[in-house]
Amino acid sequence: MNWFTRFLTSSIGKKLIMSLTGLFLCLFLIVHLAGNLQLLLDDGGNAFNLYAYTMTHNPLIKAVSYGTYFFIILHAIQGIVLALQNRKARNSKYAVKVTRTTGTSSFAARQMALLGSLILIFLGIHMGDFWWKMKSNQTNTLTIEGIEVQDLYEKVAASFSVEWIVAFYVVAMIGLCFHLLHGFQSAFQTLGLNHKKYTPFIQLLGKGFAILVPTLFALIPLYFYFVK
Amino acid sequence: MKLNLKVWRQKGAETGGKFETYTVEANEHMSFLEMLDVLNEQLIAEQKEPVSFEHDCREGICGTCSMVINGHPHGPMKGTTTCQLHMRHFNDGETITIEPFRANAFPVIKDLVVDRSAFDRIIQAGGYISVNTGQAQDGNSIPIEKELASEAFDAATCIGCGACVAACPNASAMLFTSAKISHLNMLPQGEVEAAQRVLNMVDQMDAEGFGACSNVTACEAECPKDISVKNIARVNREYFAATLASERVSKK
Ligand code: HEM
Ligand code: SF4
Ligand code: FES
Repeated sequence: MNWFTRFLTSSIGKKLIMSLTGLFLCLFLIVHLAGNLQLLLDDGGNAFNLYAYTMTHNPLIKAVSYGTYFFIILHAIQGIVLALQNRKARNSKYAVKVTRTTGTSSFAARQMALLGSLILIFLGIHMGDFWWKMKSNQTNTLTIEGIEVQDLYEKVAASFSVEWIVAFYVVAMIGLCFHLLHGFQSAFQTLGLNHKKYTPFIQLLGKGFAILVPTLFALIPLYFYFVK
Repeated sequence: MKLNLKVWRQKGAETGGKFETYTVEANEHMSFLEMLDVLNEQLIAEQKEPVSFEHDCREGICGTCSMVINGHPHGPMKGTTTCQLHMRHFNDGETITIEPFRANAFPVIKDLVVDRSAFDRIIQAGGYISVNTGQAQDGNSIPIEKELASEAFDAATCIGCGACVAACPNASAMLFTSAKISHLNMLPQGEVEAAQRVLNMVDQMDAEGFGACSNVTACEAECPKDISVKNIARVNREYFAATLASERVSKK
């Protein structure tokens, strides 16, 4: 085997792909959240609709968004393949098994694939509801500041008045919270960064990130359902 | 103290196994293995097949006394091997479940005895230093920083017991392999072959059918020698560096 493919298919190489794509997705979450928090503004959705227009018309942002789709798919496929391969390393199961861990959530660490699959289902529904409807022009158009934009805000408000969609978004964000509770700090360990000086900070930052980001995301549908 | 034991009995590698229940009268000062000795004498007196289990030093340094006790490899006490685990940590009348380490790379030979030769092959792939050592050197003739020496020594305390594999949900051998790589790669004597050591040992580990590391840290929590997952991070970065920088191309 070529040294490079050998590396990428080694147990450590596969994990490197999970770590780099996972950290990229964490960056994506920050950008996506910053944009979406504009939904909470009291301006009839103007800022958000203009933002959505920029995101779909700037060629650089479009290129990055295709990169993001690719990394999500790569992360998901590699994650599921890894989980299945790892399961096959033990055919006979324990009658009694207690999984003690140090410095990470035992539940999250063991259920990464399950939590990831929940996120994947969420992404399917989420993209189908907004991205696809916008792509296939199932939205109304309106003119803001002389630019003709699609009224994605109206679409969001409509979806977030549906009980099961709001409930599902909240459940998915709880799943994301646990995925990140283990994943964030784990990605640095995978990269080989475990250091007396930096690891306590990474652990703390990871916990903060895992709680804050999904909470803020979940606030958006809750705000639309209960307040707006 | 009276104990109910649920013990995994398996005739051979190819046959399936099942739990058998026994009652033993033990003393709280006995070690876990001494308690099993009592069970076996009882079984022999009843003309039954004694329970096979591995043991050698009985002082916590050889790493042979492998078994999973109530869901924990080497039992519930932290940093303790089965042979150093005492019955005072159990309660009178308690039911204790005892099963073998379970991992495809560690097939059961009989009852609680598993074949851990996969570890030997990982060591054979690079867990040594190929120099002619000649005469014994004077002490401290190669100066080594105290912190480094301590960290290398901590890694070197791994007794190769396999509890890390038994504890890991993925049956990954990364804690063992990383301890063995680290303890040599951190010292000047081992540095010469550091790149090929990390590549060869990780390749061999992958070939043995262990799972990949998901940073669950169950290994560190259950390791009887408290080996740190810092060694896993070190091996990850040395594996990246060796792959990118060394001229060597993996054999496999
Ligand atoms: C925005 C969404 C996501 C983010 C931010 C994210 C982030 C991460 C991070 C940072 C890691 C740690 C990597 C490491 O340990 O080196 C990880 C691991 C993992 N992710 Fe995701 N992830 C996301 C979505 C998904 C999806 C959709 C799946 C699909 C099944 C998934 C499956 C996994 C699995 C199985 C692991 C564990 C891999 C292992 O350690 O063996 N993730 N994720
Ligand atoms: S790392 Fe710990 S659990 Fe694993 S083989 Fe070494 S001593 Fe045993
Ligand atoms: S018998 Fe040697 S470590 Fe337990």
